[in-house]
Amino acid sequence: MRRLILALLAPVLISASPGAQVNDALILGDTLPPRLQDFGLLVDGRTPTPGVRAYHLNTPLFSDYAEKFRFLYVPQGQKAALKGDGLIDLPVGSVLIKSFGYPADLRQPDRDVRILETRLLIRRATGWVALPYVWNAQGTEAVLKRAGQRMSVSWTHFDGQTRTISYAVPNANQCKGCHVSGDAITPIGPKARNLNDGVQLQALKQAGLLTGSLNGLVRLPHWDRPETGSLNARARAYLDVNCGHCHNPTGPADTSGLWLNWDQPADTNLGLYKRPTAAGRGSAGLDFAIKPGDPGQSYLVARMQSLEPGIAMPELGRATVHVEGVDLIRHWVKDMP
Amino acid sequence: MQVAAIALMAAAPALADTIRVAAGPDAQERLQAALIEARPGDVVDIGAGRFDLTDGLSLDVNGVSVRGAGPDKTILSFKGQQAAGEGLLVTSDDVVLRDFAVEDARGDGIKSKGADQIVYKNIRVEWTGGPKETNGAYGLYPVESRNVLIDGAVVKGASDAGIYVGQSRNIIVRNSTAMFNVAGIEIENSYDADVYSNLATRNTGGILIFDLPNLPQQGGHNIRLFNNRVIANDTPNFAPKGNIVASVPTGTGVMVMANRNVHVFDNDLADNGTTNVMIVAYQSAFTDTAYNPLARDVVVRDNRHGRAGFAPAFPGGAELAAAMGGLFPSAFWDGVGGDAANVHFGDPVMAISLNLPAQGALVTAAKPGPYRAPASPAPAALPAIMMPAAMEAAAR
Repeated sequence: MRRLILALLAPVLISASPGAQVNDALILGDTLPPRLQDFGLLVDGRTPTPGVRAYHLNTPLFSDYAEKFRFLYVPQGQKAALKGDGLIDLPVGSVLIKSFGYPADLRQPDRDVRILETRLLIRRATGWVALPYVWNAQGTEAVLKRAGQRMSVSWTHFDGQTRTISYAVPNANQCKGCHVSGDAITPIGPKARNLNDGVQLQALKQAGLLTGSLNGLVRLPHWDRPETGSLNARARAYLDVNCGHCHNPTGPADTSGLWLNWDQPADTNLGLYKRPTAAGRGSAGLDFAIKPGDPGQSYLVARMQSLEPGIAMPELGRATVHVEGVDLIRHWVKDMP
Repeated sequence: MQVAAIALMAAAPALADTIRVAAGPDAQERLQAALIEARPGDVVDIGAGRFDLTDGLSLDVNGVSVRGAGPDKTILSFKGQQAAGEGLLVTSDDVVLRDFAVEDARGDGIKSKGADQIVYKNIRVEWTGGPKETNGAYGLYPVESRNVLIDGAVVKGASDAGIYVGQSRNIIVRNSTAMFNVAGIEIENSYDADVYSNLATRNTGGILIFDLPNLPQQGGHNIRLFNNRVIANDTPNFAPKGNIVASVPTGTGVMVMANRNVHVFDNDLADNGTTNVMIVAYQSAFTDTAYNPLARDVVVRDNRHGRAGFAPAFPGGAELAAAMGGLFPSAFWDGVGGDAANVHFGDPVMAISLNLPAQGALVTAAKPGPYRAPASPAPAALPAIMMPAAMEAAAR
């Protein structure tokens, strides 16, 4: 019902409201705007204004079963550039937008979606800036919450049971906790290999928003669709997206020596017979991150299954166990020689 | 009020300022907001009282001091922590942490990563339920940092190491107390450290100097331990299995593993039931060809030894002690590397070599015998570690 009203209203808002125009000056400026609406990027948490494009990823980061709505804004006359199969290079003035919300019932993901928060990554002349905005209960306004916020969230799960969690909107430092390479904030999601679905990069090129060749581009499989890749490829895609932004040789978890990025060779640093470094009770009493053939003796699996702070991995944004993701990794480890 | 103060500051010109945060409701949001809004040069002044926190805190602004009213007055309690791997995480440079306590963090107490010029002064980190496997791993955990000064810290109850410095260089740990941890103080995969005038007691092991394979920084070297009291480390090992410290025998005083150029002198070593000084190679199998598993160029001299070896807590220890007349020696070296390892033990107490034939050899291959000094000269004394003057000033 609400969607219908919004659908009817949206064109009116766009034509009538000055807020429906992207505010390039605000994006390029040096302020931390207190209201999301001032950017003119979204009509509501799920509806972009003209010039802002939805995109999706082959394998997304797991975020406590939240539905995520991703948008990209590239300023008029500018172009993003492909750089191999990694992150696409976005010009100054670009914005990556991600809204998080829950449908009332996960079995009907399009119905009764309540948007909780929208995170912006803005490319300014000085670098990327991460800003978390939290929507009010009516979904009419989102305000900046640099210190983060917790909120109780309930939904009906795939099994028909009600789930309730303490959902955490990350604070600005926690944004950087994942979105960092070396010392600088960086996007994580829009890597060419993960955007490459055979359609959307082509569409961006046709729209004149993207330069570079698509020939021979790696295509990351969908972690949950066996027809898109082998078990190994899907597990590595899942680990790359869910763990590899910290667990790589220059990421926030580099000192662990456990590196789970897509291009890490299958050796000790991928976890094979790797002993804990500074894991503490995260070792779950086990000797190896991955004991090939034996997921029950692999602490990588144990940490994915835990909900306890200090053990649970990832450390942030996970108040539930991703049962289906753990299954994938368990099978992958079991299948190893 | 606090919000108003911050709002005013944001509009003010760039002058160093003090942001005060008082105990009370919404401590999480107010304290975290202060740590985010602080600008270089600012002081975040945390008032006396107990702050009940629901999540980890973090600081990512260079040049900020975070100051409490004293380690027994300003208490950051993480008993109700719902997420994050540590109580407080620092990822910026030139930071001073002083005069507050972190209690019952679910993971590590305070971690600083890639944070150069960091001062920890009069900080207490404690797990208030005593030694338990469910306690967090590290109390103070600077890693991947240059210029680390820890002075006057007290850490109790860590299920790995109370004070742990990892993959760092130019380090001082002094005037600190580590009690009831698995490892009291541990310097791991680090270069150039002075550890002095500390008390390590009632831990499983007192002071450990380790190096591990497959890590971005390895080849630990140039470490001095002096004027420490390493006394009665007798808490049964409560580390979760799999971690390297889970292999430390209860009652270990000083343990040196897989490091180069380590000097242990002028310490008081007593009442450690396994042994006062243990010098060993890394024992597990490894694949890292860049890794050197041996302890080498080690000097142990002029330490004052009390009783030791009365309860050797490793397999076969009791039998060995019985064979040697009841006490295990006050010091032992595993003998791996032989004379080329250049291990110099000069204290006037009984010391043995296990004469293990190679790295990874089982203890059953040991042929214990008296320690014999190599003909090669002992490594030359190391210069004192110096910190930038501003850090020493901040630690006064």
